[in-house]
Amino acid sequence: MLNYTIRRLILAVPTMLFISFVIFAIIKLSPSDPTAGLPLTIPPEVREKIREALGFNEPFIVQFFLWLKQLVVTEPLYWMNQKFGTEFEIGQRMISYQTRSPVLDLIVQRIPQTLWVVGTSYIVGIIIAVPLGIISAYKQYSVFDQIGTFISMIGFSVPTFFTGVLLILIFSVNLGWFPSIYDTTHVVDSWGSFWYQIKQMIMPVMVLGLFNAAQISRYMRASMLDNLTQDYVRTARAKGVKEQTVVLVHVLRNSMIPVVTVIALNLPSVFGGALITEQVFQVNGLGQLLILAIQGGDVPMVQTVTVIFAVLIVLFNLIADVLYGMLDPRIRYD
Amino acid sequence: MTDRAVKVDEAAVAERLTGLNKKHRSLVGDVWDQYKTHKGALIGAIVFFGILIAVLIGPFIWTIDPSFVDIRSRNQGVSLAHPFGTDQLGRDLLARILSGGQVSMAVGLTAMLLAVLLGTLIGVVAGFFQKLDGPLMRFTDLFLALPLLPLLLVIVTLFREPLAASFGPEGGIFILMVSAIGITSWMQTARIVRGDVLALKEREFVLAARSIGTPPRRMITRHILPNVLSPILVSATLGIANAIITESALSFLGLGFPPDFPTWGRLLFDAIDYMPQYPMWVVWPGLAISLTVLSVNYMGDGLRDALDPRIRGR
Repeated sequence: MLNYTIRRLILAVPTMLFISFVIFAIIKLSPSDPTAGLPLTIPPEVREKIREALGFNEPFIVQFFLWLKQLVVTEPLYWMNQKFGTEFEIGQRMISYQTRSPVLDLIVQRIPQTLWVVGTSYIVGIIIAVPLGIISAYKQYSVFDQIGTFISMIGFSVPTFFTGVLLILIFSVNLGWFPSIYDTTHVVDSWGSFWYQIKQMIMPVMVLGLFNAAQISRYMRASMLDNLTQDYVRTARAKGVKEQTVVLVHVLRNSMIPVVTVIALNLPSVFGGALITEQVFQVNGLGQLLILAIQGGDVPMVQTVTVIFAVLIVLFNLIADVLYGMLDPRIRYD
Repeated sequence: MTDRAVKVDEAAVAERLTGLNKKHRSLVGDVWDQYKTHKGALIGAIVFFGILIAVLIGPFIWTIDPSFVDIRSRNQGVSLAHPFGTDQLGRDLLARILSGGQVSMAVGLTAMLLAVLLGTLIGVVAGFFQKLDGPLMRFTDLFLALPLLPLLLVIVTLFREPLAASFGPEGGIFILMVSAIGITSWMQTARIVRGDVLALKEREFVLAARSIGTPPRRMITRHILPNVLSPILVSATLGIANAIITESALSFLGLGFPPDFPTWGRLLFDAIDYMPQYPMWVVWPGLAISLTVLSVNYMGDGLRDALDPRIRGR
C-alpha cells in the first residue's frame, strides 16, 4: 500500500507540471500586457524597461521555469527563513501586478475564509446526505424516497448563484434575519459575536451544503441499494441479527466505501463551486481573489491560484484512490 | 430470475400471437413506451420543449423589442402591457427573458453538440484502436485534472477581445463560450463511450464482421456507433444542463455575454443591484435557468432507463 502511494505521488509530479504548463501557456498565449494597468504618463522606454524587469522579454519556456522556480523554490525557502530563522539566499518573490505585494502572502490571507465556508458546508452536506441516502434506499419508492429524490434533483439542478440570491432575498431582504454580506473582519470574542458569526455563516453554508448533499445522497442511495440485495445481508438476517444492526452496521459500512471516495473526489470541485458562492455573499476568499485578479489582468496571481486549484484536484484524486484501496480489501494495488 | 425471464417470453409470445395484425413495433416506439412510464421524465420533456418553443416562437408573438428603451414606463410591476414588468430603463422583461433564453439555449445546445462530438470521437478511437488507448486516456485524465471553472474564467476573459475583433462582439463571444464550454466538458462522454466500445469489441457480431473483412471505418459507423448510441444520448441530454449552468455561471460572474446581449445568467447578474426594490427581476431569469436544467436532468434520468434494454424488457 505504501509502495503504491509513493509510486502515485511520484507519478503526480509530471501531471502537475504538465497542468501548470498548460495553464501558463493559455495565459501567455493571450495578448495581455503587464504594463497596461500603469498610468499613461509613463514614457514608452520606461515601459519597456519595466517589461524587461518583469522578465517579459525572455523566451516562453524560460518564463515558465522562472515562475515555477519562484513557486517551488523561492517561496518555501522564504517560509523557512521566516519560520526557523534560517538564512537561505532567496531571489525575488513572486509579486502581484495589482497590489505589488507577494502573491503567496495574499493567498495565505484568503485561504482561511474559503476553508471555513467550504469545509463547514461540506460537513453539513455529508451530515444531511448520509441519513437521507440510507432512509431513501431502505424504503425504496416510498413517499420519503420520492420526496428525497425530488429534493436532491432540485439541489443539483438549481445553480448555487440562484439559491444564494433567493436565500438573500427571503432571509435578508424580506425577513431581515441574516446579514447578506459575510463580514470576514468579524472577531469572535463573546457569545454575542459568536452568534453573529453563526448567523452570517448560515446562508452560504446552507447554499453549498444543499448542493453537496444533493450529490452525495444520490451516491449514498445507489450504494445502499447495491448492498441491500447482497447475499451477506440475507445471511445476517437469517441468523437473527437485529434489523437495525443489519442496516446500520453490515450494510452501511460496506456502502460507505464508494461514498467516501466520492466525498474525497468531489472536494476540489467544491472549491471551484465556492467561487460562485463567495461572489454571491461577498466572502473575500480564494475565489474572489481569483476573480479580482482576472478582472485586473494580474497574471502571476491568476496563474498561481489556478495552479493551486489544479494541485488540489490531483491531490484529492490520489487520496481517493489510496482510501479506496485501504477501505476495500478486495482492491489492493500491490 | 429464470422464472421471470420465462414469463416475459411467454408474454411476448402471447402478444405476438394475439396481435399479429397490430401495428409494427419499432425500437423508438419501445423506448417511448418505457419513457412514458417515468412521470418526472415526461413532465421534464414537456417543460423543456415548452421552454424551447417559447423562446423560439415567443419573440414573433411578443413583438416588443427587448432592447427598446421606454424610460417613462420604467420599473413597472406586473401588468397586461408588461406581464413580467419592466426594468430600470423601461425595457420589457418578458421580451428580454425570451431573447435571453434564445442565447442560453443556443449556447447550451451547441456546446453540448461539440462536447458530445469530441467525446464520442475520442472515446471510439481510444476504445477501438488499442495503440491509441493509452495516450488518449492519459490525455482525458489530464483534462479531468484541470480546474475547469477557474480555467474557463481565464479563457473567456483573455480571448474575448481578439475573437470579438474578428467575429464581431456578439458572434465572437458566442464562439468563445461554445468552444470553451465544449472543450472542457467532453471527458465523461469519452470515458463512457470508450468503456462501451471495449466491451462491444469482444462480442461475436464484431468478430463476424471482422472475419468477412470489414474495414475499421465501416466497422465503426456500422456496428460500433449504433450500439453506443444510448450512452451518448444520455450524456448529450445531461450535457445541455451542464452547458446552460456553466454559461449562466460565467455570465453571473460578469465574465460572459456583454450587457446589451442578455442571457439568463446576465439578466440575473444585472438584477442583483436592484434586488431589495424589485425582487422579481432576479426571480424570473433564475426560475428560467432552474426549470430548464431541472427538466433536462429529469429527461436524462428517464432516457437512461428507457434506453437500457434490461429495464425496458420488464
